[in-house]
Amino acid sequence: MAVISYLEAIRSAIREEMERNEDVFVLGEDVGFKGGVFGATKGLLQQFGEERVMDTPLAESAIAGVAIGAAMYGMRPIAEMQYADFMLPATNQIISEAAKIRYRSNNDWSCPVVIRAPFGGGIFGGLYHSQCPESIFFGTPGLKIVAPSTPYDVKGLLKAAIRDPDPVIFFEHKKCYQLVKGEVPDSDYIVPIGKAEVKRQGTDITVITYGLTVHFALEAAAELENEGISSHIVDLRSLQPLDKEAILEGAAKTGKVLIVHEDNKSGGVGAEVSAIISEEMLFELDAPIMRLCGPDVPAMPISPPMEKFFMLNKDKVKEAMRKLALF
Amino acid sequence: MKQTKANGTEIVVPQLAESLVSATISKWLKQPGDEVREYEAICELITDKVNAELPSPVEGTLKQILVTEGQTVEVGTAICIIEETGRERPEQEEPAESPVTRGTGVDGYDGSGAENRSHRYSPAVLKLAAEHGVDLKMLKGSGLGGRITRKDVLQYVQDGKPEGQQPDAVRNVSPASAAAVATEAVHVPVRSTGLHLTEHPPIPKIELEGEAEEGRGEYLIDVTPIRNTIASRTRQSVSEIPHAWTMIEVDVTNLVQLRNSLKDEFKRKEGINLTYLSFLLKAVVNAIKDYPIMNSVWAVDKIIVKRDINISLLVGTEDFVLTPVIKKADQKNIAGLAREIDELARKARAGKLSLSDTEGGTFTVNNTGSFGSILSYPIINYPQAAILTFESIVKRPVVIQDMIAVRSMVNLCLSLDHRILDGVICGRFLQRVKENLESYGPDTKLY
Repeated sequence: MAVISYLEAIRSAIREEMERNEDVFVLGEDVGFKGGVFGATKGLLQQFGEERVMDTPLAESAIAGVAIGAAMYGMRPIAEMQYADFMLPATNQIISEAAKIRYRSNNDWSCPVVIRAPFGGGIFGGLYHSQCPESIFFGTPGLKIVAPSTPYDVKGLLKAAIRDPDPVIFFEHKKCYQLVKGEVPDSDYIVPIGKAEVKRQGTDITVITYGLTVHFALEAAAELENEGISSHIVDLRSLQPLDKEAILEGAAKTGKVLIVHEDNKSGGVGAEVSAIISEEMLFELDAPIMRLCGPDVPAMPISPPMEKFFMLNKDKVKEAMRKLALF
Repeated sequence: MKQTKANGTEIVVPQLAESLVSATISKWLKQPGDEVREYEAICELITDKVNAELPSPVEGTLKQILVTEGQTVEVGTAICIIEETGRERPEQEEPAESPVTRGTGVDGYDGSGAENRSHRYSPAVLKLAAEHGVDLKMLKGSGLGGRITRKDVLQYVQDGKPEGQQPDAVRNVSPASAAAVATEAVHVPVRSTGLHLTEHPPIPKIELEGEAEEGRGEYLIDVTPIRNTIASRTRQSVSEIPHAWTMIEVDVTNLVQLRNSLKDEFKRKEGINLTYLSFLLKAVVNAIKDYPIMNSVWAVDKIIVKRDINISLLVGTEDFVLTPVIKKADQKNIAGLAREIDELARKARAGKLSLSDTEGGTFTVNNTGSFGSILSYPIINYPQAAILTFESIVKRPVVIQDMIAVRSMVNLCLSLDHRILDGVICGRFLQRVKENLESYGPDTKLY
C-alpha cells in the first residue's frame, strides 16, 4: 500500500488501464506534450505515443464527439475536459448522443466513453474554473456520473469507468488533486460504480455528501466527537446511479439527515437524495432533512474573500451538523 | 493574515495559483529587524507552478521568521511576523465561536428563545413509541426546545421503562431484548410506508443486452458502402425515370459459327477470350451511331445528347455489381472491345477499378446471359436514357420461310426512359442492333 495523491491516483489508473487494454486512449486539450494543465496525464505521451495520447484543438464539442464516435466503434476513449466549466459546448454530444445511443439503437450500439472533468472551486479560479455542473447531467438517464473523494476511490472508480460499457462522466475535485492523499493498494482493483461508502460510523446524525465536502464533513465529525455528537458519514461516490439502498440505510441509522454538496442547492443532487428519503422512509425521520449547499448565485466569485464566503468549509459543515444534532 | 501574537501580524503563504497546496521558502529577502514597506518583497517562494516573491501585505518591522529557507509549508501557514507601525493594533477580528452547547432539555427550552417543542413529535419518535408502547409524556426531550428525539426514545427503551407501562405485546420482553428489537428497528432500512411511488410504470418489452429475444429467426447484415450506393442509385432511377420495356429476339446462328471459327486462334494470339459480348457491343455502338438519341440524358427543359459513346458494362459478383465504362467505344474494333471488356471485368472483380474507370457512361449493356437469364427487366443506369440486356443464346426451332429450322436465338431486352424515348424510335434502334448482329458472317473483320 502506497500513499499517493488524488492526482496520482488518476494518472496511475489511466496508465494501468492503457497498459491493460490497447483500445484505451486519451484525448483532450494539452493532455499530451504538457501532460494536462494539472498534470493528470503527465508521462503518458512518452509511454504510449501520440496515437494514444492526443492533443486536441480547443473544442470540447469535438473532443466529446470524437471520443463518442471512437467509443461507438469499440475503442475505450478517455476524454479530458480541461475544466468541467468548459463542458457545456459538449453537452449536446454527451446528452443527445452518448447517453441515448444504446437506447436509440435497441442495444445494437453502445458508447463506452469516459469523460473526465475537474470540477469545484476553492482554487481562486473564479467564474470559469470553479463550477460544479453535475446537476446539468444528473437528470439524464443513460449517463453514469461519479465524483470520488479519496485516492482509493478515484483509482478504483476510474478503472471501473474505463471498463464500463456505457458513458461515464468522471468528476474530479481539482482542489483535492494535491490536497488529498491516501493509501492505495498496488494490486489491480475497482470500486463499483453506483455504490456509496460509509466513511464514518455514527449514531446521532447522518451526513450524505460527495466530493471535496466529504473531507469537510470528516474533519467536522472528528471535532464534534469531542462535543459528544456522533456522526455517520456516507460518501455517495457515484451520483448516477445513486446508491438508494445506502442512502436509505444511512438515513435510517439516525433519522436525522444532512446533505452536503458544493453545487448550488436548487435542483442539485441533494434535492434528489432528499426526495428519495422522504418518499421511502417518512416514519424513520426524526428531523427535517437538511441541505447545506453552495448558494444559488450564478457562479463562484473571483475575489478571494468572496470565494471564501461562497465555498463551503469545515466550519460551515460543522455548524450545520451541530444544528441538526441539537434538533 | 491573522492577529494572534500580541505584537505583530502573521504573514501566511498565499494561494499563488490554482490547485496549489504548498510552497517552499527559497530565500528570505528581509531579516528580523528590517523595515518592511507595504507590497515590498519579503521572501522568495518556489511552488510546483510558479516561483514568486512574496510582497508584504502590511508596513512595519519584521520581527520574527517562523519558517527557515528550504522548508516547505502548506498554503495558509504563517511564515513570519511583522509588527505594524503607524497603526493601532486592530481589535480581535475573529468573533468568538458561538457558544452552542448541547441542549439539556431541563426546562424544555434551549435558552435561545426557541418555542417549546416538547410535544412536537417526529414521525420516527411516534413510530418507535408505538412499537415499544412508550408513553411519550413520561420522557424528557433532549432536543431543540425540549423536543423528544428518536434517540431519547431508544435510550428510554434501552434503559428499561418503569414497571406497569408495558402494553401486553411487549410486557414480557426483557430490557436487553427490547434493546435488540430497537436496534433491529434501526437497521430495517428500506420502505416501511405503504405508498410505493417510485415503482416503475409498466414498460413495453424491449430487448436487453445479452438476452436475445426468443425465436428470432433472422440475422443482420451490415450494409456496405457499395451496397448503399447501389440501393440509392437504383431507387433514384426507378423513382425518377418512367421506365418502359421492350424486347426482340435475334437469330445469331451466323455469329455463333463465326465466333467458333475464330475463338481458338484469337485466344492464342491475344491471350483473351473472344466473347459474344464484344460482337454485341459493336452492333449496339453502330446502332447508336444511327440513332444518337439513345445516347442522351434527360435535363428537364432539354435533352442532352452525348457525342462520345461510352458504354457502361455491368460486372457482377455475388455481393454487388459494378459499372466500368468502355470509353469511346465507337472508335474501337471488335478485338479492341474484347480486350477492354476483359480488362475492365478483371479489374472490377479484383476491386481495382479507379474512379475514372467508372465515370462517363452514356449507355449501358448488361450481359445477363452470363448467368443464364433469358429475359430480364433492367433498371436504367441513372441518368442514362436506356439499358440493353444480352440474354442467353439458346437453340430453338424457328420458322424460316414456312420451314422449321434449329437456330441459335437470343433475346435483347431494352428498358428506356419514356421521357426521352418512345416505342417507335426504340423499335427502330433494336431492329438496327438486330440487323447488325445478324449480318455478322464469315467475312467479318475483327480488327
